[in-house]
Amino acid sequence: MEDMIVMDNVWKAYPNGVMALNGIDLSVGEGEFIYIVGPSGAGKSTFIKMIFRELKPTRGKIIVDHKNIATLRDRQVPYFRRKIGVVFQDFRLLPKLTVYENVAFALEVIEESPRVIKRRVMEVLDLVGLKHKVNSFPGQLSGGEQQRVSIARSICNRPPVLIADEPTGNLDPDTSWQIMDVFKRINEQGTTVVMATHNREIVNTIKHRVVALEDGMIVRDEEEGAYGYEA
Amino acid sequence: MKPRTLRRHINESVKSLGRNGWMTFASVGAVAVSLILVGMFLMVMFNLNKIAGDIESDVEVRVYVSQSATQAQTRQLGSDLKQIRNVQSVTYESKKQGLNNLMKSLGNDKSTFSDLKNENPLPNAYILKTDNPQQTTYVANKAQSLAYVSDVRYGKGTVEKLFHVINIARNVGIVLIVGLLFTSIFLIANTIKLTIVARRREIEIMKLVGATNSFVRWPYFIEGLIMGVLGSVIPVLMVFIVYHFVYYNLGASFSGMFISLIPYQTMTTNLSLLLVGIGAAIGVWGSLNSVRKFLKI
Ligand SMILES: Nc1ncnc2c1ncn2[C@@H]1O[C@H](COP(=O)(O)OP(=O)(O)OP(=O)(O)O)[C@@H](O)[C@H]1O
Ligand SMILES: [Mg+2]
Repeated sequence: MEDMIVMDNVWKAYPNGVMALNGIDLSVGEGEFIYIVGPSGAGKSTFIKMIFRELKPTRGKIIVDHKNIATLRDRQVPYFRRKIGVVFQDFRLLPKLTVYENVAFALEVIEESPRVIKRRVMEVLDLVGLKHKVNSFPGQLSGGEQQRVSIARSICNRPPVLIADEPTGNLDPDTSWQIMDVFKRINEQGTTVVMATHNREIVNTIKHRVVALEDGMIVRDEEEGAYGYEA
Repeated sequence: MKPRTLRRHINESVKSLGRNGWMTFASVGAVAVSLILVGMFLMVMFNLNKIAGDIESDVEVRVYVSQSATQAQTRQLGSDLKQIRNVQSVTYESKKQGLNNLMKSLGNDKSTFSDLKNENPLPNAYILKTDNPQQTTYVANKAQSLAYVSDVRYGKGTVEKLFHVINIARNVGIVLIVGLLFTSIFLIANTIKLTIVARRREIEIMKLVGATNSFVRWPYFIEGLIMGVLGSVIPVLMVFIVYHFVYYNLGASFSGMFISLIPYQTMTTNLSLLLVGIGAAIGVWGSLNSVRKFLKI
C-alpha cells in the first residue's frame, strides 16, 4: 500500500507558546480509514489543520500525496487544497445558496467547466442521498442533511484525501450513522479518510485504525482499535 | 482568465455594489465631488500656464517716442534702438497705426473711437522684439536711457505676477486635492471592507476548497474600479459643459490678442481621460488596500 499521508517528527507551537503537537510520527496508506481520538485539547484539530495546510508545522515534515507541504509555497497552497476534501462539525454552508449551488460553488471557484460542474454536482448529491433536495436551502434541511451537503461539497473535486473534524459532533446518534454510511461509501471508492471524533459508539462499532492523541503525542495506534476512553 | 470567469467576477461585483447601495452611493459621490474640484482646478491651471507661456513667448518692448521729437530725431532713435544688444527687430508704429490696432483688438465698434481720430492721444512708437524673453529687462533699460524716449513698456511684470498667482493657486490646490483624493480612497476602501465582511464566510469556503487569492481578489478589484469610474462620469460631463461656456464666451474676448485659451477639443479630451484615470486609480487603490488584510486566512 502506498503512503498517502506521512508525518515525520512534526511539532506545532502556537504563537502564544502552547505546544499542540509534540513530535508526531505517522503514516497513513492510500485508501485507509483512520480515526483520531483523544481527550479535549489533545491536539486533534491541530493535527487535522496541518493536513490541509491551514497551519504550518513549527518543525518536521508532512508529506501528502508525495509532496512535502511543510515547505509548500503560499502560491501553491490553493492547488494543494484541491486534493484535500474537508468536513467540519459546523457544516459551513452558505445559507443564501441552494443545496445544488453550495456544491457547485466549490467547483466554480476553481474554474471548473459548467458541463463538468452540472454532471459532478448531481453525481455527489446522489452519492450522499440528497438528489431530491437540490433546490432546498440549508435552513430547510436537518443537521444530518446539511452535513451530507457539506460532504458532497468536499468530495466533488474527487480529492484523494478526505479529512473530517468531528463531523458528527452536532448530530444525534441516528443521523450520525447516516453520515458514517456516506463516509464508508466514499472510502470504498478509494478515498483516504481521516476523521477526528469523540464518538465512542461509532469508533467501537465501525472498526477502523485508531490513533489516540494525548498532549500532542501519539499514545496508541491500533488496527481495528477501540475508542478506549470513558464517555 | 476565461471569459466565463471574468463574467462571474463582474456579476459578483455588481451584485455586491447593489447590496451596499447607500455606501456605494456615498463613495461614488465622494469620488465625484473630488474629481469635479480636481477637474475645475486643472482647467484653470492648464489655461493659466498656457497664457503665461503665450505672454512670455511674445514679450515685446514698446518704446514710445516723445511728442516733441522731429521726424529726423525719430528716425535717429530708430537706428539707435537697432544698436542695442539682443534686439532682434525694430518695427515702427505710427500713432495712426497704433490707434487702428487698438480699435481692432477692442472690437468692431468704430464709432466709439471716431472722436479720437481727430485728436489721436497715442504717441508714435517703436516695437522691439528680443532674441529671447529673458533679455527684455535689459533691452527696456537700455532703450529708456536714449534721447526722445517718453516711455518704455514691456510684459515682464505681467508674466511675473501671473506666475506668482499660478504658484499660489497650485500649492493651495494641491493640498486641497490630495486631501480630497485620500478621503475618496478611504471611503471606497471602507465600502469594500463592508462587502468583504458580509462575505467572509464565502471567502473562507473559497480558500478551503482551493480558490486562488487572485480569484478571491478579482471581484473586489472590479468593484473598486467600477466605483472609481462611475465617480468620474459627472465630473467629465461638467468639464464638457463648463469648458464649453468658458471657451466660447471668455475665450472670445481674447480674440485679436496674442494670448488664447487651450482649444475646446484638446482640453476636454485630455482632462476627461485624466479624470477617468484618476477615478479608476482611486477605486483600485482603495479596494486592493482593503482586500489585502482579509486574504490572510
Ligand atoms: N489558535 C490557537 N492558539 C493557541 N492555542 C491553541 C489554538 N488552537 C488550539 N490551541 C491549543 O492547542 C491545544 C490543542 O488544541 P486542539 O484544538 O488541537 O485540541 P482538540 O484535540 O481538537 O480538542 P477538542 O477535542 O476539544 O476539539 C489546546 O491546548 C488548545 O488550547
Ligand atoms: Mg477539536
